[in-house]
Amino acid sequence: MTKNNFLFEPIEKEQAQNQEETSYSSVTYWQDVWHKLKQNKLALICLIILSILFAMAIIGPFISGYTYYQTQLSLKNTPPNATFWFGTDELGRDLFTRCWWGARISFFVGIAASTIDLIIGVLFGAIAALAGGKTEEWMMRFADILYAIPYLLVVILLMVVIGSGIFTIILALTITGWINMARIVRSQVLQIKQQDFITAATALGASKKRILLQHLIPNAMGAILVTLTLTIPSAIFAEAFLSFLGLGVQAPIASLGTMANDGLAALRYYPWRLFFPAVLISLTMLSFNALGDGLRDVLDPRLKT
Amino acid sequence: MSNYLVKKGLILLSSLFLVTVLTFFLMHAIPGDPFIQDKAIPEEILQALHKHYGLDQPLYVQFFKYLDGVLHFELGPSFKYEGRTVNEIISTGFPVSFYLGMEALVIAVFGGICLGSIAAMNHRRLPDYIMMVIAVLGISVPSFILATFLQYLLAMKLSLLPVARWGSFSQTIMPALSLAALPLAFIARLTRSNMIEVLQQDYIQTAKSKGLNGIKVLLRHVLRNALLPVVTYLGPLTAAVMTGSFAIEKIFGIPGLGQWFVMSITNRDYTVIMGVTIFYSALLLLCVFIVDLLYCFIDPRIKQDYDKK
Repeated sequence: MTKNNFLFEPIEKEQAQNQEETSYSSVTYWQDVWHKLKQNKLALICLIILSILFAMAIIGPFISGYTYYQTQLSLKNTPPNATFWFGTDELGRDLFTRCWWGARISFFVGIAASTIDLIIGVLFGAIAALAGGKTEEWMMRFADILYAIPYLLVVILLMVVIGSGIFTIILALTITGWINMARIVRSQVLQIKQQDFITAATALGASKKRILLQHLIPNAMGAILVTLTLTIPSAIFAEAFLSFLGLGVQAPIASLGTMANDGLAALRYYPWRLFFPAVLISLTMLSFNALGDGLRDVLDPRLKT
Repeated sequence: MSNYLVKKGLILLSSLFLVTVLTFFLMHAIPGDPFIQDKAIPEEILQALHKHYGLDQPLYVQFFKYLDGVLHFELGPSFKYEGRTVNEIISTGFPVSFYLGMEALVIAVFGGICLGSIAAMNHRRLPDYIMMVIAVLGISVPSFILATFLQYLLAMKLSLLPVARWGSFSQTIMPALSLAALPLAFIARLTRSNMIEVLQQDYIQTAKSKGLNGIKVLLRHVLRNALLPVVTYLGPLTAAVMTGSFAIEKIFGIPGLGQWFVMSITNRDYTVIMGVTIFYSALLLLCVFIVDLLYCFIDPRIKQDYDKK
């Protein structure tokens, strides 16, 4: 384009269009959350560690070529080496494979138990808050009574009665586990219920079900997500604790808790048998907890513990 | 005030009743007979045993008898240890667990408050970050793993402390520390976040500008307000310490109630499981109740809320 002497000059069409646009693209709520979470280094590292642990829980058992139940008595209690990366146990089973099987069980229990907690807790809490009056009073009183019972005792009792196994653990954990979620969702919904957009939705003739599912629960999602990330490690801990006491999954399947229990007996001479499962449990719980903390800072700064 | 107490008391009683009902019927729902073992027992002896322990009566009669016993603090005989009652087992095991629990509680409360205050006063500086890392570790590393780690490091490798058993003070240190770690970390976080909030309040500025010295402001104004939520946590904390000691007592071979409980589970000693569950539940519920009462005196606002309703 040749230079001319006019004060104003016409610009090219393409450029004109660009100038109409705002400099930032619009950001959704979750993009914003993700952006803020990325600034928290610890939470981000924990997210990466969790992804690695999760991936290893899926593929880890197949890497070494040994199965979790394959015994080689001539190779018992081998220290970690090139073939057995985490060593072997008292029956010569490969600890690397067993550890990742254990991690798989921990993740499964943690995620399954907290998903069930999530569904029951969210519905119970939201319905109680929405119903109000006597219904709410009775529902929350019921939750209070259940909440007052020390949960680990109930879990142990159930494990004794039904017998041990993964699904018993999940059942036992969910019987009292949902209450915390229900309480948090209720208090959130009670706040949201007062806001104008709910009144507007009611005025426009939205049904209670629609208000509950389309307006109340999505708006309480922040608190729900934070509670969820903190429920998973407590479920993982409970499974490990029960397995450690001998109430968990049965041999030859091993969870990290049972392996820690077995390793304890051999601590003096074969410390690696305790070391690897212990590190895996701690690392998983640490990552979930730190991630939960990070999420809480972003999503709901008022929710402090 | 009375409203609040009545409500909390009712929750306490109904929870306790629920626990008793639950334990009783769950234990009786287990298929099989508590006296049938590997060896066959003659039918007459089995019947005599059932009669002796009252198992030949209808279930509801057994239930009311048991309930009556629980109300009189009589938890019945042990099925596996002849001649021992559940009461005896509790009275031998509990003092040990209680001692251990108290030591852990003291460590957790004092350690937690100290760490939390130091972190809050150095908010966003190095001590704060160090404290936060310790706290997250304390919450994430399960007590039984910490216990075995301490045992390995301090007792086996460095020979600083006795490995296990019970009797002298030095034998209580490691168990108490591992039991205290989780509540300590929790209290530290709670104290820290509350203190940061309180430190920003106007009345702290006022107190400082009136010339009160730092220590006085800290003790009279900051801590007093920041510790309220910590008091609420004391109830659940006791529960955590008590149930946590099941694993700890197993690791260190401590003859406390926790070990009896775990043993009775592996032995399928149903009356002991029932008795100890009810005993623990009653104890923990009572702790929560006492904490609620305390809270009511410390923070008059709670009481007022209830009187208004």
